[in-house]
Order: sequence, then C-alpha cells, then structure tokens
Amino acid sequence: MKKNLLVVLILALVLVLSACGSAPAAEAPAEEMPAEEMPAEEMPAEEMPAEEMAEAFKVAIIMPSSITDLAFSQSMYDALLAVQAEMGGEAAMEIVYSEGMFVVDDAAAAIRDYASEGYNLVIAHGSQYGSSLQEIAPDFPTTSFAWGTTLNTFSDEGITNVFAYEANSQEGGYVNGVVAASLSEAGVIGVVGPIEAGDAALYVKGFVAGATATNPDVDVKVSWIGSFSDVALASESANTHIAAGADVLTGTAQMVVGAIGVAEENGVLWFGTQASQTSLAPDIVVANQVYDWKVALDQMLANIENGVYGGEAYTITLANSGLVMDYNGAYDLPEDVKAAADAAVAGIIDGSIVIPVE
Amino acid sequence: MNEIFSATVIIGVLSSGIRLATPYLYAAIGETFGQRSGVLNLGVEGQMLLGAFASFYVALTTGSLVYGLLIAMLVGALMGLAMAYVTVNLHAEQGISGIGFYLFGLGMSELLFKMLLGTVETVKGFSVVPIPFLSQIPVLGEIFFQQNILVYIAFLLVPVAWFVLNKTTLGLKIRSVGENPEAADSLGVSVARIRYFTIILGGTLSGLAGASMSIALLNVFQQNMTSGLGFIAVALVYFGAWRPWGVLAGALLFSMVNSLQLWMQVLNVPIPSDIAVMLPYLLTIIVLVATVSRVRSPAALTKPFDRGD
Repeated sequence: MKKNLLVVLILALVLVLSACGSAPAAEAPAEEMPAEEMPAEEMPAEEMPAEEMAEAFKVAIIMPSSITDLAFSQSMYDALLAVQAEMGGEAAMEIVYSEGMFVVDDAAAAIRDYASEGYNLVIAHGSQYGSSLQEIAPDFPTTSFAWGTTLNTFSDEGITNVFAYEANSQEGGYVNGVVAASLSEAGVIGVVGPIEAGDAALYVKGFVAGATATNPDVDVKVSWIGSFSDVALASESANTHIAAGADVLTGTAQMVVGAIGVAEENGVLWFGTQASQTSLAPDIVVANQVYDWKVALDQMLANIENGVYGGEAYTITLANSGLVMDYNGAYDLPEDVKAAADAAVAGIIDGSIVIPVE
Repeated sequence: MNEIFSATVIIGVLSSGIRLATPYLYAAIGETFGQRSGVLNLGVEGQMLLGAFASFYVALTTGSLVYGLLIAMLVGALMGLAMAYVTVNLHAEQGISGIGFYLFGLGMSELLFKMLLGTVETVKGFSVVPIPFLSQIPVLGEIFFQQNILVYIAFLLVPVAWFVLNKTTLGLKIRSVGENPEAADSLGVSVARIRYFTIILGGTLSGLAGASMSIALLNVFQQNMTSGLGFIAVALVYFGAWRPWGVLAGALLFSMVNSLQLWMQVLNVPIPSDIAVMLPYLLTIIVLVATVSRVRSPAALTKPFDRGD
C-alpha cells in the first residue's frame, strides 16, 4: 500500500507539472562548437570593432518553445537570422540556440555554459529566466546578456551587462481588435489565451480595447486555458467560443494552432499575433501582429560594439517598426475596414490613441 | 448565471468533454491492461507523442489516414516492445524506465518533426461521421453521435476491454499474472509472454491516442502537443481502480470538468481563470487520494517476476 501511495504522489506531482505546461526537454545546441574557438582570455569588445573581428560575433539564445512555433520563440529566431544576413552571413555572426527550455534550471545551466564558452551575446528569451540571469550576469562582466520580455535590466542591482526587451503587444492587439469588431456580424468575439500574464495579457487587453472602441456593443469573451502547450484544450476552447456564438476568434502563444484548426473547420475568422499564422489557414486568417525584434537587436549590437554591455531596455512598437501589421493577401478585407485599421495604427503612433493596459 | 443550464451550454460541455476524453480513453485502457498484468508504464506520454507525429507525417505525405493509423499503432507497439524487454527481461525499475521512454518519445518526436517538417502544418484528418438515425435524436444525437470515427472506437473500446479482462481466459491470465505471478507460473501461464502482450497492446493503444489527436481531433502536430495528457491517463487508471468502466468514468469526469470550466469563463462566471483551469486537476488529485486507500491495486504491480530457475 505504501508503494501504491508513492506512485500516486509521483503522479500527482507530474499532474501539477503538466498543469503548468512544462516540457523538460533540454536539447543540445544545434551546432557543435569546436573547442579551439573558445577564447583563452576574454578580449574586451571595444578593442575589436565588428568589421575587424577575426572571429564571428557569437550569439546564443535560450528559449522556452521551439524555433518553429509560429509564435514567441520563432519571432526572435527569425529576427536573429535577419540580423545575421545583414551582417554578412555565418562568417560574421554565429547563432546557436537551445529550445524547449521550459525548465528554468536547465535554462540557467545553458546560459552559464554559453557565457563561459565566450559568447558575445546571450539572450534569455523568456520572462521566467530573469532571476537566473541576475545571478549569472555579474560573473561574466564582458559578456552581454539580453532578457525579455521585460524592461528590467537589473541596473538597480548594480548589474551593467544586461539588456532588456519588450513588445508593446497591446498595440497590434488594438489594431486586430478594430478589424475584428468591424468584421464580426454576430457581435461576439472569442479570445483563446494561455496564462494571464506577460505579453499575452497585454495583447488581450489591447484587443478588447480596440474591439470595444470600434463597436461598444461587441461582446469579447476571453478564456485562459492555463497552458502554453495544451493544443487539445485550446481547440476545445475555440469550439466553446463558436458554440457561444463567436464568429471571430483570436489567441496568443504556441498552443493556438489547435484553435486555428477549429476556426478553419467552422469558417470563423482568425487574428494572429507574435508571428504570421496565415500559412496554417489561408482562408480564414485576416491579420497578424508580427514581432520583429531586429530593431532591438540592432541597437544592442551597436551598443556592444561601443563597449556598452547592457543597462538599456528596448520596446518594439508600431512606431519603431518592431511591431508590424501583416494582412493576409488572400483575404478580401473591405476598404473601409482597412482604412480604420490604418487609422488605428496612425493614432497609436502619434499618441492620439492611448491603450489602457493597467 | 441561468445561461449555464441552457441547451447550448449543456450540449457544448458534453460534446467537448466527449472529444477531450477520447485520447485519455485509448491511453488509459491500454495502461489498464499493462497494470492488471503487473506493469506500470509511465512512458505513455512518449508513446502518444511519437504516435501523434508518425501518424501525422504519414497522413500528410501519403494522404492516407489509414496508413497514418497503422503507423501510429506500429510505432506505439515497438515502443511497447522495448518497454517490455526492459521491464520483463532486464527487471528494470518500472517507474524510472517509463520516464526514460517518455523522454525518448518527447525528444524523438521533436527531432523528427524538425528534420522532416520544420514547421507547423495542417492535415486533412478524419471528419465527423454522423451515425444514421441516432445522430437525429435531439440533444443526445449532437453530443454522442456527431463525432469522428476514432471517438466512437475509443468508447467501444471500454466494453471490449471489460469483456476481455473479465470474461475470457486471456483476461484471467492477465489478472492472475498481475495478482500472483508465482501461482500463475506454476499453473503454466507464461508471465513474460502475458506481460509482453499487455505492454505491447498498451503501446499500440497509446499510439492510437496520439493519432486521435494529430489526425482526428486537431489535425495538426506541434512539439509536446500532448502536454502531460499521457500522465493524466496513467492517473486515470488508478482513478478507475483498474477497471475499464472506472477508467471511462474518470476520463469523462476529468474532461467534462475541463470543458465546463471553459464554458464558465466564456459565460463570465466570476471565478478567476487560474482557479478555473485548476479544477479538473484538483478534482482528479482529490479523487485519487480518496480512492487509493479504498481500492487495492494489482498485488504484483511494479514488481518484476523472476522464475528463479
């Protein structure tokens, strides 16, 4: 009976873990690193400007989901690839990544490994990695770290080598909301959210604000499924919204692929965020807010080149083109709706539209 | 508040619950066979993930859902075979090796996904097949008889499993091997052969559980898409006291509460979402702890059998 109870306890523990949507997948970096590339001694970056660097600028990124999640992690990886292409390919910039790092302890170990292997910039792509970074960064004063999404660079704690980055996801959320409310004939819109926190919460607040500003009578129903990975529950959440009368859906994070499938089956419109989800359901995706972290990365790299290893926070916005509205060309968006969306973008950029997020 | 008792909501909760319960049924019925023969397989989640990927990939590339189903069963059976070898022949600790197989399935499905697909895609999966006449029954028809074929099979599996376990010689052998392997052995029942059979059967059904998600209910493959579901399936076997009907009750209860909490959020029932999403888990844990003291597990569960010859 004792053994029985032990098994039950283990199960209970696993249940709790899976309720948090965890995935203890630790993968080795994609590229093996030749040992001789590890610099024997740290060389201060200001002595070797990028164009004269004999070695490539080395970037490592640690992220919670995969580089192909059509969402959060992919948005950063794609931006890194864009920066790399601009800098002159793999010879100028080397990128390694560790994906699926849902377990924070594993991520912390990876961050420390990359830092001690001489990477110039180590990106901890997930707000859950903050306390690990706070502990590790002071040990590697000539390595730059970046942490998102947050605005906290730990400068208050005397740490000078951490950059922070954040997305004003409520901005594209607002624009999506404007279009969604204009297109909804039923006046009911469903939102499939993961966990009410971070940029998911911001996006949903912006979306609700945009929708209700366009049509005060529209009913935006929000549900949080409590997981970033439960595709099945996301799909049933979409079914629930549709049964409750919604004819337009949106959602955020990587588990929404389940909801998009349901939307497509039922001919219900979909609005995406983080990355373009048009390829999944070209018939029903209307618009996506796409994150382009390149703006933030460019500024970080410029700073590192000048010997500034951290201390600054960057926010991607519609104004600095870090957030881009991406419309599905195959969807026939009415002129006046597109005009309303463009007006919303302009209003957010010039400050005439203020989105309440608190 | 009265909205929650409307026909739309009741139909919505129940039909969502039936769909959500489907993968649990395959995996948990398979696990029931294994545990009744004395083997705890914690690798269900990994078998499901590989089954989900294999069936998705094959359905996508060949356009044949039947091939997809077959490959899911084959992949699950092979993982079951490996699990059987490790636990029956090598006498490995069952819990630990199960976790090992889980991690293998998780990692391998991610690797294959990345190598063979690279990005999330959709596939045309099994569509809804309304059952003639029955699907016309008001309310009930919509809940039970307008689902895809894998949902029907999952529910038919329950009486079949009950019959096999309780009314056939094979079932008697399985139960005796799980209760008293020494006695079964002395009566000429091959403990090893029975356990191989049940673990491979369990793997096959877990593979189907994965396929029921990737090519029937969701029609998409995403890394780690089972999201802990395989572990809940193992918990449901305890919940159901190692009986197919009990497993069915547990799977339905868990899934119904889950779909109910989705509806509660949609209907603006004033409960914080954090609490709402915990409900099915809390309930399962409470019932698990409550039942574990009352129901006896198969006596030889997790114990390797050594003939000593």
